[in-house]
Amino acid sequence: MCGAIQGGLSLDGVNVAKEAIIQGQVYRADDSGTHWPVENAYVRLLDRTGEFTAEVPTNENGHFRFFAGNGEWTLRTLAPRAEAVDKLVTAQVGTVAEVAIAV
Amino acid sequence: MSRDNALVTAEWVEDNLDNDDIVLVEVDEDTTAYDKGHIKGAIKLDWTTDLQDQVRRDFVNKEQFEALLSAKGISNDDTVVLYGGNNNWFAAYAYWYFKLYGHQNLKLLDGGRKKWELDSRELVADVPERAQTSYTAQDQDTSIRAFRDETVAAIGVKNLVDVRSPDEYAGRLLAPAHLPQEQAQRAGHIPTAANVPWSKAANDDGTFRSDDELKQIYTEAGVDWSKDTIAYCRIGERSSHTWFVFHELLDEPNVKNYDGSWTEYGSLVGVPVVLGDERGEA
Repeated sequence: MCGAIQGGLSLDGVNVAKEAIIQGQVYRADDSGTHWPVENAYVRLLDRTGEFTAEVPTNENGHFRFFAGNGEWTLRTLAPRAEAVDKLVTAQVGTVAEVAIAV
Repeated sequence: MSRDNALVTAEWVEDNLDNDDIVLVEVDEDTTAYDKGHIKGAIKLDWTTDLQDQVRRDFVNKEQFEALLSAKGISNDDTVVLYGGNNNWFAAYAYWYFKLYGHQNLKLLDGGRKKWELDSRELVADVPERAQTSYTAQDQDTSIRAFRDETVAAIGVKNLVDVRSPDEYAGRLLAPAHLPQEQAQRAGHIPTAANVPWSKAANDDGTFRSDDELKQIYTEAGVDWSKDTIAYCRIGERSSHTWFVFHELLDEPNVKNYDGSWTEYGSLVGVPVVLGDERGEA
């Protein structure tokens, strides 16, 4: 997987075989349906009980990434001038779970 | 110390941006965050280079800390307002670190950089120039810093509060989930430690919960308020956040931060480790 790009976020230097990766992009859609990445949104990873596990701000392209464990997780996204958005995702070691989040 | 003395709101910071007696200091886990934009007038501290000895695993010494703050233009009389990303993890770490070396006038921006950004407040690129000072630090106040032997001796005796996420506590993850998981040390937690993730103390926007809510959270988790407390996490930054809650917001005097935390304890030879969600026995 080294060097591969999924969802626009480089996996260079990431040992995908040993990690359960959840990554993706936060975006806003305009009236024409065009997606605009949201920088500095905050994506938090909640475990199966709803407990906070980690949080990252999105980069200039709206991208984020977590190194989780096997199982079901919830991504909760906070962005300026937007309601919080929850999204369920399943992670597994050796795979990359790609998630697109509209706010 | 109390909430009124230790915490300031984003509004307060915005109203004091041009106050010469106040120095805003940004400290982030992502040490490039400041360079992408920061609160007007804020200076940057890099926790990896400015606050760590570059050879041994330890903090910079008193003389190095004096030289650092002098070079940054911080005086002993200045009110230092710390803020940062990750819900103030490293800003709380710097707050505790400044306290360790005896700085008197310290405040934390409630909610840190996240709250500032979610409020759509202004960030600027200009880096301020501050005149060199002659800062004098105190010897380390080890009444707020725990080391490994004291932590091992605290098993079953003092309150041990593991503030990592439940999956790190149980040994299912070795690091916060925004970091790669490959680590040398063992997974799990210190026997008898209660798991109260730092995040329990914060609202979604990163601001601290009310004192009543905080007291209830730790009481329900089994913290015995008649005992001394040691907080730990992975490298001591999230536990600084919890130290801040206990020591600065709730006025609990006998609280220490174990900055060696799990990356030290989980690498020690022969110490007891508990796996799973239960606290374990002494």
